[in-house]
Amino acid sequence: MTPGGGSGPMKDCEYSQISTHSSSSPMESPHKKKKTAPKRKWEVFPGRNKFFCNGRIMMARQTGVFYLTLVLILVTSGLFFAFDCPYLSEKITPAIPAIGGILFFFVMGTLLRTSFSDPGVLPRATPDEAADLERQIDIANGSSSGGYRPPPRTKEVIINGQTVKLKYCFTCKIFRPPRASHCSLCDNCVERFDHHCPWVGNCVGKRNYRFFYMFILSLSFLTVFIFAFVITHVILRSQQAGFLNALKDSPASVLEAVVCFFSVWSIVGLSGFHTYLISSNQTTNEDIKGSWSNKRGKENYNPYSYGNIFTNCCAALCGPLSPSLIDRRGFIQPDTPQLAGPSNGITMYGATQSQSNMAAATPLLQSEPSINSEELPLPGKTSISGPCATLTLGQPTPPSSMPNLTSETGLTDMIPLKEEHEGHQFLTPEEAPSPPGMLPSGSPITHSHTMHVLSLASQDSLHEDSVRGLVKLSSV
Amino acid sequence: MATEVHSLQELRRSASLATKVFVQRDYSDGTTCQFQTKFPPELESRIERQLFEETVKTLNGFYAEAEKIGGSSYLEGCLACATAYFIFLCMETHYEKVLKKISKYIQEQNEKVYAPRGLLLTDPLERGMRVIEISIYEDRCSSGSSSSGSSSSSSSGGGGR
Repeated sequence: MTPGGGSGPMKDCEYSQISTHSSSSPMESPHKKKKTAPKRKWEVFPGRNKFFCNGRIMMARQTGVFYLTLVLILVTSGLFFAFDCPYLSEKITPAIPAIGGILFFFVMGTLLRTSFSDPGVLPRATPDEAADLERQIDIANGSSSGGYRPPPRTKEVIINGQTVKLKYCFTCKIFRPPRASHCSLCDNCVERFDHHCPWVGNCVGKRNYRFFYMFILSLSFLTVFIFAFVITHVILRSQQAGFLNALKDSPASVLEAVVCFFSVWSIVGLSGFHTYLISSNQTTNEDIKGSWSNKRGKENYNPYSYGNIFTNCCAALCGPLSPSLIDRRGFIQPDTPQLAGPSNGITMYGATQSQSNMAAATPLLQSEPSINSEELPLPGKTSISGPCATLTLGQPTPPSSMPNLTSETGLTDMIPLKEEHEGHQFLTPEEAPSPPGMLPSGSPITHSHTMHVLSLASQDSLHEDSVRGLVKLSSV
Repeated sequence: MATEVHSLQELRRSASLATKVFVQRDYSDGTTCQFQTKFPPELESRIERQLFEETVKTLNGFYAEAEKIGGSSYLEGCLACATAYFIFLCMETHYEKVLKKISKYIQEQNEKVYAPRGLLLTDPLERGMRVIEISIYEDRCSSGSSSSGSSSSSSSGGGGR
């Protein structure tokens, strides 16, 4: 048990049970911070994101197009329910507004879920991790890089027989997991990065891909539904009163028909594209770069695919939902180490990957100048994302004051409310009993109040958290 | 040689953080969360290889269970989809339940196995599921702390951030 040498006495020291109450409670921080309000982690989040509702809602910085999406959907659906549905429910069946209502509810729910949730952002490396990685890279490279910038760092892994290169992200100071990519708009590494969608005002990644897919799928159905019944409405009216009179009687229908007509092509096209991606278990990013295409070589295949379409679909849509890793609503520990900053602001290496699909999927937004095009988008592929850009109509865009926010806080805030309780419940049974065999007589169990004094090392409180098993899961 | 008993707080008061070891992710199975079971050389003198490997293997098993794609996860996914994902307001996902188990397990391992050896495991969730961070403490309760194999990095004393 004991290591050799003179460490015998040291190893006889036994350590009794682990500290008790949470140091992450807001109680402690004000003491340390001299009565300033304790800060939550979202307030110092290094990426370019906007947070609302005290960290419950997370979006990209530029949300103008998202408001446009909201307005288009709300106005068109509102007009449909107000002007077409009364006539149709009378003439045909009241099931029409009912089904329309369900579709609308589904569209809004999935849209807000996509826009407000964490797409799977990877938190940046702590300074210790970054230093450790740097050391390992230097050892691997021979570390003779004096003044010039060291070459791009990559690691190769073999996944299911396919060689995959893991790239080092200079901004986040981590080796990106496979399928992760750095979004230059949001300045975050995102797991299973699909693309940055300005229409939902957020990146689409591992945690919100299924919401995004359900959104575009249900929006396709809604658009086709509204379009079909608006046409039906106009036709029925014109059978009675003539075509021009029908249009005069229900001018809203014209507007809806125009919006839906232009939307149908792009939305349905996009749904089809993503259905293909899901069934082959690829991301937009990979598809555009042709990572797993046969053109790269006969032996090139997708190592993540499960082999059949059904399993791929189920895995993407019904697989387990991983929790958010960035813990937006947790409180900052008083001596928490600050995350390692970007290296000289050079994010370009990491940004090139997302630049390529950025160019395809976000023509409306300015992207950062991309220096190096080692991964140019294949010209043929950009047209698929083209439809995304065609959804523009001459609609004024009054900025919506996010009317659904209040209802949405419920959506995204469920877990913190629960887990804060559970967290404390979780602690109490663990705190009280001392582990058997670790407490000979004479040694009192230390209580939490001693702990406040003891947070010397910057990592101490973090360790105490982990030691107590305090898992702070933020909201979705 | 009296057996001294230290609480973890006293450990930190008397011990200094010597170094940290990071157990990286093992991506050979794809994107599922697995950690490498390779034994870090810095822990050579602190803990038995078998104990360490058992900890990592158990953690890997937990994560595999969390991410398992099977009947129950399909059911959960379909139910969630059918309710436009509003069901997550009331229900804890399977993944979160397993994460709680992992948390308990890590705490228990720290109490039973790692703290007596002057080591501390950090829950990977707090490091973005990238690494298992193992802190190595040098205990100064006896004069002349053991410096077996662990170099005192600049983070000893821990204040330098």
